[in-house]
This record gives sequence, C-alpha cells and structure tokens, in this order.
Amino acid sequence: MDILEIFVTLGFWAALVRMATPLIFGTLGELICERAGVLNLGIEGIMTMGAMVAWFWVYQGGDLWTAVLVAAAAGALFGLLHSVFSVYLGLSQHVTGIGITLLASSLSYFAFRMLLPNVTTPPKIDPFKPFAIPLLSEIPYLGTVLFTQSPLTYLAFALVPVVGYGLYRTPLGLAVRMVGENPLAVEAQGIDVHRLRTAAVMLGSAFMAVGGAFLTISVFDAFYIGMINGRGWICVALVIFASWRPGKALAGALLFAAFEALQIRVQQASSAFIPYQFFLMMPYVLSILAMIVMSRRAAYPKALLVPFRKGER
Amino acid sequence: MRLEPRAHAPFWLNLTAPIAAIGLAFAFCALLILWSGAPIIDSYAALLRGAFGSTFALTETLTRAAPLIFTGLAAAVAFRAKLWNIGGEGQLYAGALAATWVGTGMVHLPPFLMVPFLFLVGAVAGGLLLLLPVILKLKLRVDEVVTTLLLNFVVILFANYLLFGPWKDPLAMGWPQAAPIIDEGILGTLVPRMRLHSGLIWAVAFAVFAWAFIRFTRWGFQIRAVGYNPEAAAFAGMPIGATVLRTALLSGGLAGMAGVCELAGAKGYLTIDISPGFGYTGIAVAMLAGLHPLGVVAAAIFVAAIYNGADAMSRAMSISNYLADVLTATALLLVLASVLFVRFRPQWR
Repeated sequence: MDILEIFVTLGFWAALVRMATPLIFGTLGELICERAGVLNLGIEGIMTMGAMVAWFWVYQGGDLWTAVLVAAAAGALFGLLHSVFSVYLGLSQHVTGIGITLLASSLSYFAFRMLLPNVTTPPKIDPFKPFAIPLLSEIPYLGTVLFTQSPLTYLAFALVPVVGYGLYRTPLGLAVRMVGENPLAVEAQGIDVHRLRTAAVMLGSAFMAVGGAFLTISVFDAFYIGMINGRGWICVALVIFASWRPGKALAGALLFAAFEALQIRVQQASSAFIPYQFFLMMPYVLSILAMIVMSRRAAYPKALLVPFRKGER
Repeated sequence: MRLEPRAHAPFWLNLTAPIAAIGLAFAFCALLILWSGAPIIDSYAALLRGAFGSTFALTETLTRAAPLIFTGLAAAVAFRAKLWNIGGEGQLYAGALAATWVGTGMVHLPPFLMVPFLFLVGAVAGGLLLLLPVILKLKLRVDEVVTTLLLNFVVILFANYLLFGPWKDPLAMGWPQAAPIIDEGILGTLVPRMRLHSGLIWAVAFAVFAWAFIRFTRWGFQIRAVGYNPEAAAFAGMPIGATVLRTALLSGGLAGMAGVCELAGAKGYLTIDISPGFGYTGIAVAMLAGLHPLGVVAAAIFVAAIYNGADAMSRAMSISNYLADVLTATALLLVLASVLFVRFRPQWR
C-alpha cells in the first residue's frame, strides 16, 4: 500500500478519532490539574486504575455508563489522595505523583490478579458499540469518520468546549486559573486555596480515569497488565505542547493520534525495510520533539509545583 | 490543619516517625492479605522467611539489592540537585546495551581490567543518555521529568529491536537474548553455589563514594547548593549549568552501572527483561533513604527483601506478588508524610 493511499481510506480517519479519545480525556484532566498549580504525575496509574475498575464493573454484569461513573469516582479518589500529599501537606509534586502512579497501578494489578486467579486468557466483556448519530452519520465520508463512534468519543470531544468555557468564562474557572498563577490573590478573595486545588485535582483525575476506562470498555474488551503503556506520560507532554489550552490540547491529541494511526498502517506496508520497534518508538520520540518545538512558547502556570502554606509567603 | 515549622525535632521523633510509617504500610497491606483470604501472620512470616530465612533467601535478597543500590543512588544524587531524573530504567538499559556491545567479544582484557571497563562503558552510556534531556532543560527549558520518562520507552524498544534482530544469539534456541558476556567480564560469586556476585561490593563502594563526594567535595557541595536554592547558588558564583551537567553524568552513570551489574553479575547475557523496573523502584529506594547515599544501601536491601519475600509469599499463600509493589508504594508515600511531620508540627484548629 502506498503511503498516500492511507490518507484516502476511511479506516485511517476513523482510527485517528478513536485513538485520540483516551488522549483527550487524559490531556484535559492533566490540564485542569496543572492550571490549578498541581503537576499530576499520578496520571499513568490513575488511567490504569480507571481501566481496571471499569472493566471489572462490566465483567460483574454492571452497566457500561455506570462503569464510566465508577471509573471517574475511583480516579477522583486517587486525586484526593494526591491532594492530601501534594496540596495539604505540600510535599514534592514530582515524588507524590510517582508514588500515586506506583500505588494505583500496583493496586490495579493486585486486584486484577486477586479477582481472577488462574486465568491465562483475560476474560472478555461486551464493550460500547459504535453509535451512529441519526442523520449526521449518513453524511458521506464524514459520517463514518466522525459520527459512527463510541459514545465515549463523543463525550471526549464535547468536554473540550465545556472545559474551555468553564476555565475561561465562569467565576470558578477564573479562580482555578488564578490559583495556579497566584494563590495568595485567591486567598485574599476569601477562597480556600487548598480546597480549590483539591477539587481541581479530583476532577482532573476523574477525567484521566475515564480515559483509561475507554481503553477497556470501548476499544479492547479486556484488561491487560501494562495496557496504558506510557499514554499517561504522553498526555503530560501534550499539555505542554498545548500551552495549557483545551482547544490546542484537542489539536495535539488529534495530531498525535494521526501519527499513531499512520504508524500502524505504514508498519504493515513496510515491515520488510524498517523494524516495527522503530514505529512503536514514534509516539514517544514525537512527544519529545513536540516539547522541544513548543519550549520557547511554554508559559507555565506561575505557581505550578509551588505548594501553598497559609501564613507563609 | 496548618503546619508550623519545628525549631527542634526531638530525637525520638526522627527515629520513630519513619518506622511508624512503614508499620502503617504493612498494616494497610494486611488488609489486602485479609481480602485475599490468607492468614495475615502466616503470610508475613512467609514473606520474612522468603527474604532472610535461609542462606539462599538472604543471598537472593542481596543479589536483588545490588542493582537497586545503583538506581537508588542515581535518583538520590539527581534529586539532591532537584534534577528530576525519572529515566533510571532507560539509563539502566543503555548501560546494559553498551556493555553487551563491547563485552561479548569485541574487547578482550584480563579480568581485573575487563570488569571495571564494562562498568565504565555502562556508566558512560547511562550518563550520555541523561545528558540529552538535561541539555534540553538547560538550553530550552524543556521539562526533564517527561523527557526522561519518555526516553525509557524509546531505549527499551531499541533493546527489543536489537535482541529480536541483529543481536539475537543463534545459539540461544530461539530465545531473544544476546551472546553471553565473555568470561573475563563476569562478576565473581561471593558465596559458593549462590547467585550473589561481586556487583554488591561495587554497589556499596559506589554508595560510599557518592556519600563522600556529596559530603566532602566542592562539586558535591555545589550539587547540594543548587538543589536547596539555585538563585542563591548562582549569586554565590556557582556554575549552575556545569553543576547540573555533572549531576546528570553522575546520576545517569550510576543507573547505567545498574545495568552492567545485572548483565555481568546476575544474568551473564542481555535479555529484554533484564530489569523488572529497577529504575522506577530506585526512585522509591532513594526517597525511603531520605536521599542519603548510605541510607540508599539500607533502603535497597529493605525493598529487595519485600520483593523477594513477596515472591515466596505468593508461592506459599497464593497472594499475588504485586503486593510487593503496593507495599513499596504505600511505604514511599507514608514515609514522605512522616518526614514532613518531623519537620513541621500540625496545628489543628
């Protein structure tokens, strides 16, 4: 298959939109945390936890949408734990995040092994079916690509303007952005800095967990050890690439998913010349390149990584 | 709740707080053991036996501790300078790859030179790998946390390519492994008929070296100063960039040596699973040790004991050995919090 031919196949574009979904959830979640001044490196583990609990909920006979809520709740819980250490106790956000990732992923794997001992092939579930939006899905080409997707994909795309509106057009969003820039000013307004940051981290972590859940209850139909495979870290890079803006985060996630979808197809076409491992490296190398390209314009939230203690300045 | 700095931390608090934290971590994991339906006391007894209960158990624990000392030192040295090197795993593989490249027949030296040579090559490879993200950090302010993390995946995929492609040993019955390290480069065993090898001695020696370096040398002082307060260090005329670069070479080098330690000591040839996450666990080791190089030795043995003990426990009690990861992560978070309560007094209002 010629490389140019890939771009005219519908499968490529549909796969692009599908692969962007977990990245959109994860990047939006990380963006909310960082806008409030908290780097959340727990993302990799929180996505794993979301994937595990959502899958298990459905495996136990639960409903798919309730599974999404359960995953979000589990994510928020780990977000709360992150906040206790990084916001209330003011411990290093780097180390707390790594600790949360270790804890959340090992707890997920432990629970998975305990709930299903002696199973060699992971049991399958009935995942979300692509939902064709009436009328819109009948548009030629565009209908198949954009409007015959998993409901969670629609949710991810819908969340982008919602988060953008929330951050830039509501008093709460203003407070969240301000607490990431100048927490003292927020305190002067009579808003509790710790509570606001905790709420932001919990909401962001819930998003991340839903991103993980998308993988188990929409793309694949099972949970595997190590299935997040660095997607969380890529989201952290995408937030920087997006300059902490939801719209650009969507663009970044789509661009990234495009490379991933392309990678799989080029790999099949040219495996004779280039070993497949080099294609698998592409997302990670591209993330690094993206960070280099955007580095000059990276405007970090001023209070990112800075813990806030009352009465200290 | 608000936290007030303590003027003087009482001596007993310094000692009991981390121990209480680790006790709490064990208590939390006791709940998980209870959930899996196993008796708590017997399970922890099995863990203890698996870690220290026999010559075999003890030597296996120390064998596992050796690479963890190296990766723990790598994290401790870097974090002292506030250089967030999360790439220990990738640097470990880089060290193992470089040592495989020169150590499988390309270079022949007598044993007393070959082993140091392999460690040197591994250290150079690990240090160079960390240099890239650190230069990006210094020149373009690219965040090193994410770049070092992402490079882990790149390096491991590269190792994967070599092991399934050009480096695959035709004599290995189809297993994806490289040719064995030549006999001159193999680390000698310390106890007859056991796996424990002289990599442990190398590791402890480097812990002492790292401690002395940070404690007594000018460059070590600069590393600490840059970590505490880079503005003040710069104001005092210290070369910030050069210090961070030196820290990177040291940290990456130590992680690279962890790869050589496993390659020339425990395994003898390169496989794709040469590290079960030693690079990541090293971060936990460094934090448990309070970033103190000599503390890293104790913390590495403690963490290695948990992992080896949990393996034994999972065989005896059918509890998943992921419990070791849960225990390490919980201990990491709780010890961090406990250290905070030594420095600050909580005021409830």
